[in-house]
Amino acid sequence: MRLDLVPRIRRSAVLDILAPALAFVAAVMVGGVAVAALGVSPGAAFVTYFVTPLSDVWSLQEIALKAAPLALIATGLAFCYRADLWNIGAEGQFVVGGLAGGWVGVATHGSGGSVWILPAMLAAGALAGAAYALIPAVLKVRLGVSEILTSLMLVYVAQLLLDYMVRGPLRDPAGYNFPQSVGFEAAARLPYLMEGETLHAGVLIALAAVGLGTFVLARTLFGFEVRLVGASPRAARFAGFSDARLTLAVFAISGGAAGLAGIVEVAGRIGQLQPEISPGYGFTAIIVAFLGRLSPPGILVAALVIALTTIGGEGAQIDLKLPLDLTRAFQGLLLGLVLGADVFARYHVRLVPGGPVSRTAP
Amino acid sequence: MTLDIVQMVLVTVLAAATPLILAAIGELVAERAGVLNLGVEGMMIFGAAVSFAVAMQTGSTLLGALGGAGAGLGLAALFGLLTVGLAANQVASGLSLTILGLGLSGLVGANYVGIKRDPAPQLAIPGLTDLPGIGRLLFGQDAFVYAAVALVAAVSWFLWRTRAGLTLRAIGDDPIATHALGLKVRRVRFLSVLFGGACAGLGGAYLALAYTPFWSPGMTAGRGWIALALVVFATWRPLRVAAGALLFGGATVLQLHAQAAGLGLPGQLLSALPYLATVLALVLLSLGGRQGGSPAPAALGRVFTPSR
Repeated sequence: MRLDLVPRIRRSAVLDILAPALAFVAAVMVGGVAVAALGVSPGAAFVTYFVTPLSDVWSLQEIALKAAPLALIATGLAFCYRADLWNIGAEGQFVVGGLAGGWVGVATHGSGGSVWILPAMLAAGALAGAAYALIPAVLKVRLGVSEILTSLMLVYVAQLLLDYMVRGPLRDPAGYNFPQSVGFEAAARLPYLMEGETLHAGVLIALAAVGLGTFVLARTLFGFEVRLVGASPRAARFAGFSDARLTLAVFAISGGAAGLAGIVEVAGRIGQLQPEISPGYGFTAIIVAFLGRLSPPGILVAALVIALTTIGGEGAQIDLKLPLDLTRAFQGLLLGLVLGADVFARYHVRLVPGGPVSRTAP
Repeated sequence: MTLDIVQMVLVTVLAAATPLILAAIGELVAERAGVLNLGVEGMMIFGAAVSFAVAMQTGSTLLGALGGAGAGLGLAALFGLLTVGLAANQVASGLSLTILGLGLSGLVGANYVGIKRDPAPQLAIPGLTDLPGIGRLLFGQDAFVYAAVALVAAVSWFLWRTRAGLTLRAIGDDPIATHALGLKVRRVRFLSVLFGGACAGLGGAYLALAYTPFWSPGMTAGRGWIALALVVFATWRPLRVAAGALLFGGATVLQLHAQAAGLGLPGQLLSALPYLATVLALVLLSLGGRQGGSPAPAALGRVFTPSR
């Protein structure tokens, strides 16, 4: 018995959409078995995870607020992954962006509230995230150091840097020694979209980024370059595209998007700097990027789905006493199944009885 | 007297290095066969959780260690199915494995948080273990440490002194040519991935059963990633993996002592040292090894689908 993979001449458009959907169904079924093993009715769990969060205004807003940073980061990451470059340190770029932007918010505290404070914070966050992502990019371009490992190592460094700043230089002097900065003034907060609700303008920023990402990837020369390098590096080199320039560009884009997401979270939901500002958005966004098949519109859908399961997971923890780790395991499994399902869109998969392949070779 | 202090330091360095050696030596074999498994952190922490749970349930450290290795192996089988069987992207699959392993470890370990166990027993040979200066270091370790040393020797011998080892390295360099020669590329790669998973699980088991010895969520704290970096740092050679792990173990111990001594440096800076050291080591390595081509297996990270 052996497994034969025969490449499809053309990718099937139907399977391109069907494969991740089927992977999702499979992950839900495995999740159901796991839930049953934990002694909870799978039906009740399904309702808590996937239906209840959609049934009231508050949790719908929570889904949008969680999906926004995921979509923003994942759209940036799509540029990297499309070009076959592996920035897995978005979590660190998110943290650095939040720290730099938040620093502006702290420094301008009590300055009278200019309209320029918020744009300056957003710019500082995006620039800091981009600069932080350029460290592994420059090391790769100049010295050939694996970007996978350096970008990941810098996540831990960023988290410790934020921890140090919040407990040290940026701590609120009047805050009874709590490890947090002053609460930002209104001019340093993202405005709410509706009076008395939680939804803030960060959601619009994420939507704009998804739109921009879609346009750049599909309709510009740069987007073509990114796609070409990923699909056929040799062809890209013959076309005269520079590997080094592209590496720096996609890292700056993904880091900038992650940094922007960081300051959006800090200036939006949190409203001050804390030792921890991310529940792992930078890592979850990697799942979102692949679940959305590395295309921004798909990423938007995937971000909403993952946000739904996260909010549902929080509900399940409270209502059904199901651990939050179940959600994480589910998301990891989902990513694996999506990657596995992708094979069916790229290849004709056949189980062939008989010996090893080499004997049937002509 | 000073000799005993030196020995105590070396014992702690070796203890900090052991989980890195275990995880890195397994990953080295997988990478030599051409498979980059970024799921080491996930396999390691799942191994730690399962080993602790099994050891608590059975009361046996040995069964716990086997359970940990088995847990790593199970996750690795999933990864092998995806990347070797279904030709899925290795980087993304490895990341999914890390996320899955972290989640599963939390589920398995939930009931064991805050429980402490007796550490794995240490060798005690009357006369030898009490030797001043070297006795405790050479003859007073637990079985994990000896297993790690033995694995390094065994992998080194296997890769460079046996026909099967030569086959494995050839497959990592050129799967298409070795496939044309009739070698079983996918089978060898799958087995290498399994070996890597079992080693990573064992490394996690060491953390939970001997090093700490308790279970806490996220207790691997990036050691799986450092093990991955070690393989690069060691230019895919087993003995250098051991040497690099000892260096990193030394850095960890140094950081703990510096923190205890309170040198006036921020604690966060000291905690960041292992990660900064990893980046620095990778940079120095590529600065030093620019001539003569890359030491990496030529087909590392590339999926292979046999043509007919």
